[in-house]
Amino acid sequence: MYAQMVKSEGMKSREDMTPEEIAFQERIDRGEKIEPKEWMPEGYRKTLIRQIGQHAHSEIVGQLPEGNWITRAPTLERKAILLAKVQDEAGHGLYLYSAAETLGVSRDELLDALHAGKMKYSSIFNYPTLNWADIGAVGWLVDGAAIMNQVPLQRTSYGPYSRAMIRICKEESFHQRQGYDIMMKMAAGTPEQKEMAQDALNRFWYPALMMFGPSDKDSVHSAQSMAWKIKINTNDELRQKFVDQTVPQAHYLGLTVPDEGLKWNEEKGGWDFSEPDWSEFFAVIAGNGPCNTERLEARVTAWEDGAWFRDGLMAHAKKADARRAAARMAAE
Amino acid sequence: MGSAVNQAAFFEWLCRIGDNCLILGHRVSEWCGHSPVLEEDIALANQALDLIGQTQFWLGLAAEVEGKGRTADQLAYLRDAAAFRNVLLVERPNGDFGNTLMRQFLFDAWHIELLRALEKSSDARVAEIAAKAVKEVAYHLERSADLVIRLGDGTEESRARMQKALDTLYPYTGELFMADASDEAVVAAGIAPAPASLKAAWDATVSQVLAESTLTHPGETYQHKGGRKGVHSEHLGYILAEMQFLQRAYPGATW
Ligand SMILES: [Fe+2]
Ligand SMILES: [Fe+2]
Ligand SMILES: [Fe+2]
Repeated sequence: MYAQMVKSEGMKSREDMTPEEIAFQERIDRGEKIEPKEWMPEGYRKTLIRQIGQHAHSEIVGQLPEGNWITRAPTLERKAILLAKVQDEAGHGLYLYSAAETLGVSRDELLDALHAGKMKYSSIFNYPTLNWADIGAVGWLVDGAAIMNQVPLQRTSYGPYSRAMIRICKEESFHQRQGYDIMMKMAAGTPEQKEMAQDALNRFWYPALMMFGPSDKDSVHSAQSMAWKIKINTNDELRQKFVDQTVPQAHYLGLTVPDEGLKWNEEKGGWDFSEPDWSEFFAVIAGNGPCNTERLEARVTAWEDGAWFRDGLMAHAKKADARRAAARMAAE
Repeated sequence: MGSAVNQAAFFEWLCRIGDNCLILGHRVSEWCGHSPVLEEDIALANQALDLIGQTQFWLGLAAEVEGKGRTADQLAYLRDAAAFRNVLLVERPNGDFGNTLMRQFLFDAWHIELLRALEKSSDARVAEIAAKAVKEVAYHLERSADLVIRLGDGTEESRARMQKALDTLYPYTGELFMADASDEAVVAAGIAPAPASLKAAWDATVSQVLAESTLTHPGETYQHKGGRKGVHSEHLGYILAEMQFLQRAYPGATW
């Protein structure tokens, strides 16, 4: 899940709603899509901007941990696949910034907020990719967790967001498969490769669980977002689904999930598992993860070093406009 | 099909094209996630992807022609610098984004002419690869030429940066048109055009784009050479150290 702990508005009771708000809620309850030009409560708009913006930022910051291995990919085929995946992620960022723009916020404004540390991206991208199996683990676990969250979001109430999710989900399943494919090669490889695969799972397991955000009982923002269908499932529901899907895949690889408490629960028909260390999660969110500084610095540097490029293109567009206007004048 | 040609010369020539794609693709991929605007991240990843795809074809054919049971991956990952045959231009460091774009433009303007000629190659395999690649490279050139024009004729700063890039890189373009005995052998077999025969069209593209960009053509300058014969700059060793790390550290593993 690329949007964690998105601050929503306090849940309003029916009696406190204006007639407009009631009509709006009824449209959502009927499963109608809300489109950009239509009336919406200010809180709905603001929450969506925060959520879509955070999601977009996650896609572009997410290029960095995987980009870290493009130049070292072990075969031409793996290099090509990884390039295609990272290109997709940048494309996802583009769709999502465009969806956010329909709510009246520009991409540049959102980027300024990211660069100033006022907006977040998913905690997961603050973890390093240290060996080649990490690229497998990112596709398998990180894209896997993202899919868990994004598939239901295809049904979200806001039209442009829903349509962006539909496009994105088509590509995400390829991302997860290529990740799992790397893990299969590594897990069935030399003893060193198998060790890398286990090491990757050990380091990415709990951070992947954290992607769904804190437990529902501690999650203050959920109720209103769920009523608005900006959030479809609770954090705990999604986390359970993810664990249930992933544990058999880990077993198939012959890898050990780093959780002594992992146990099949016949009664609930799912796995019991240990909670991640939430103090670590809050430390990462607060900026103290292993890579927070590098990730943000890389984005800020790219933006600042690229200022002359963007300015140059703007200046050229202005000159070209002026030349066209002058040609039109001369022709009249 | 190329039966008359000396296979060693053909192999050498295929490594030259394949290595150009591989090393330039590597350089371009270094920008992933770090470029000035999201659209450029996408475009550059795509361009690197095209170049790596072309590498797979060219080095795959090189391995086949060599006939020693090597694969494209073995050629890419297990040769040392002296066996690489790319021109020096493509191993130049990225520098700023303008330098990267200028390097791309100077290369694309040559690459497109080469591929157009190769579509008519006497070797069907070469013609087939060229026909696929030419579409991709036409788009690369369209993009790089357009950006050189817009940035040359942009702000004072963008113009200065593009001029500096041009002056730095132009002395590495002459090598694209040089020929030795291997080239002469593939030319004689009708596999490839004579390198010098591509120069007039390249000059025309470069002059036209530079004129529109308001940049000053460097004119006749000293021209560096060596890459095509395996005598590289210091930069290539670092590219290979990075690129080949896993294959070298874990020999025999499959990935
Ligand atoms: Fe994505
Ligand atoms: Fe992703
Ligand atoms: Fe993805």
